[in-house]
Amino acid sequence: MTAPLTQAAPARIAPGPPARPRRRLRKAGTVVLFLAPSFVPLAMFTLAPMVGSLWVALHDWNLISPMQWVGLDNFGDLIGDSNTWRAFGNTLYYIAGYLPLVFAGGLAAALALNTALRGRSVFRAAYFLPVVTSWVVVALVWKWLLNPSSGVVNEVLGAIGIDGPGWWTDPVWAMPSVILASAWKDVGFVMVILLAGLQSIPAEYYDAARVDGASTWKRFRHVTLPLLSPSSFFVVVISLINGFQVFDQVFVMTGGGPAGSTEVVVQQIYDLTFRYGRAGDASALSWLLFAVVLIVTAVQVRIQRRWVTYA
Amino acid sequence: MRRQLTIGVAVAASTLMLAACSQGSATRSSSGDDESDRVTVRYMEFSSNNGNEDNLASIVEAFEADNPDIEVIVETTPYDDYFTRLQTAVAGNTEADAFELNYENFVTYAESGALAELSGVDEGAYTPSLLEAFQYDGAQVGLPESFSDVVLFYNKELFAEAGLDEPSADWTWEDQLAAAEALTDTDEGVFGLYQPATFHEFYKVLAQAGGEFFTADGSAVAFDSPAGLEAARWLVEKPGTVMPTEADGAGTPDFDTELFRSGNLAMWHTGIWMFGPLADTPFEWDIVVEPGNATQASAMFTNGVVVSAGSDHPEEAQRWLEYLTSSDAMVDTRLEAGWELPPIADTDKLAPYLDQTPPANRDAVFEALEETVLPPVISSQQEMQDAVTEELGEAAAGRKDVEDALADAADRVNALLN
Repeated sequence: MTAPLTQAAPARIAPGPPARPRRRLRKAGTVVLFLAPSFVPLAMFTLAPMVGSLWVALHDWNLISPMQWVGLDNFGDLIGDSNTWRAFGNTLYYIAGYLPLVFAGGLAAALALNTALRGRSVFRAAYFLPVVTSWVVVALVWKWLLNPSSGVVNEVLGAIGIDGPGWWTDPVWAMPSVILASAWKDVGFVMVILLAGLQSIPAEYYDAARVDGASTWKRFRHVTLPLLSPSSFFVVVISLINGFQVFDQVFVMTGGGPAGSTEVVVQQIYDLTFRYGRAGDASALSWLLFAVVLIVTAVQVRIQRRWVTYA
Repeated sequence: MRRQLTIGVAVAASTLMLAACSQGSATRSSSGDDESDRVTVRYMEFSSNNGNEDNLASIVEAFEADNPDIEVIVETTPYDDYFTRLQTAVAGNTEADAFELNYENFVTYAESGALAELSGVDEGAYTPSLLEAFQYDGAQVGLPESFSDVVLFYNKELFAEAGLDEPSADWTWEDQLAAAEALTDTDEGVFGLYQPATFHEFYKVLAQAGGEFFTADGSAVAFDSPAGLEAARWLVEKPGTVMPTEADGAGTPDFDTELFRSGNLAMWHTGIWMFGPLADTPFEWDIVVEPGNATQASAMFTNGVVVSAGSDHPEEAQRWLEYLTSSDAMVDTRLEAGWELPPIADTDKLAPYLDQTPPANRDAVFEALEETVLPPVISSQQEMQDAVTEELGEAAAGRKDVEDALADAADRVNALLN
């Protein structure tokens, strides 16, 4: 593959004495060219806006008036604002409900579909379908399912004599509604990752354990779980990062309400910018969120040594 | 060969990206088309959404017939999303040459310097008070486009079936509530009235209760008063009794429109812009000035249109806006369609409006203008509206005492005033 490249190059350019640095330079140029198609959009649509948002965070800006320099005031204001803490609290509540649910669901599905079940490829596709479905569609469907007065869920609960809750219209039940919809949608993703992890565990370990007289539970506890830990680690890191950034389902299902009970951090960023014309505060909050995610992920990478086993 | 190809692909990829990018931020429509020298004027608006699109299109058509050198491209966005879209467009310099603003948002945009000053406006053509509403710092930076008010719509058939007297202009809240109770039949899904516990209803019923939203100098709220409590009570005690609740779907887009259209709502507080969309209902309906309490007060709204400070064609844009706000073709279209009313000085031209039906009692539209209340406006407008709506909503859902909700709303709005 690379041979034509190195052969063709000297023929095109006149050979000179400092051939080595020049060749290295040319090699670097090739690398840059290959990187460009993914780096250029990343730089334009992710890195540049990030730097831009740091600049905005140092200003008061309502999107239409000229920006006013305020230094670090926006950060100070946010830390003193109870809405910021409510938003982080709601986000942590979401993660605390979502992460165990989606992980347990994904693991159960992966274990079930790792057996010689009939029609398992159909099930695999079915579980994965929500993952590739638009969040807006999923959120609307769940909003309809969980409609307090005419939704299917409360109709069924009513039929067996249970008076269903107000779901997304009730501040107590709104976050559980969002968690339920989110876990349902993402179970397929977790399942696929864990399924791949399960299938990479060599059968010899199980055979050896069986020969040693290990029970099903012990085989699961001492063979499956440790050897699945790299996949589990990946799932936890990704789910946690996604959890901190939860937005679409909240925006569609509750818009942060009722009474701010589902006002998560990104919803707050959206409201500050586009409803209240406080792009400076919103940018500062974005950076606060970024810092929190960075720290949490760094901590996770640290403590993974204690529980992740690489076979 | 291969190397050249990779370079070619990489270059093509980045060029594509740049092209996509520049397309996204293409600021202004270009003049000097190869076809002709027509100037294109982009116009962003919300008020034709949901039933009046064709009426706006016919005004555009009439304008283009009179001004063959200008092409107007209308971009309509629903009201709920309009201001999000507009401010994003202004921030990215992709706003249209001309756009619509309601009175509540006009000041924010005028302050920001995003609006071009208009020159040579025919001031005599407009109702003076409406024209003044769109001045800023002594400069005319907008033109009034329309005005409207809110009245009480009622389903005549439901009143007849229940054997009740129809609402009249001297009704008070008490009369209305008594009728609403008699008309509500939750088993049949029929509700007596619809008046959501929101900011826009609150400042109006506050005025009807004889209260003030702000103190005279505007430095603090004044609605944490006995009148304010009375107003809040009036709004929050109806859902679940004579009015549908949030769980029934209240508050979702078009819920109230559909409820009234389906003949399941006896009384509805809404704007006169619904005349056109309700013209084809299978039942008879009419309107009356909203019942007052201590006094009468009707909500009045006015929309204006402005030229963007960044427009490449400010003169053409202004020509379009003057036509949109003062031409006879516009007056005819608006009156015939029963849309919001034109802001013209010559009220004789409004006469045909009164001759049309439904509703039969069109005089109520002008009666309501005798005692109006304008929305309170501050620079953190949306935050104030959300705070009041959220606290009232908590009280309406029974999760908060109405006294506490009102006190919390007062604290939250006061915090926005500094």
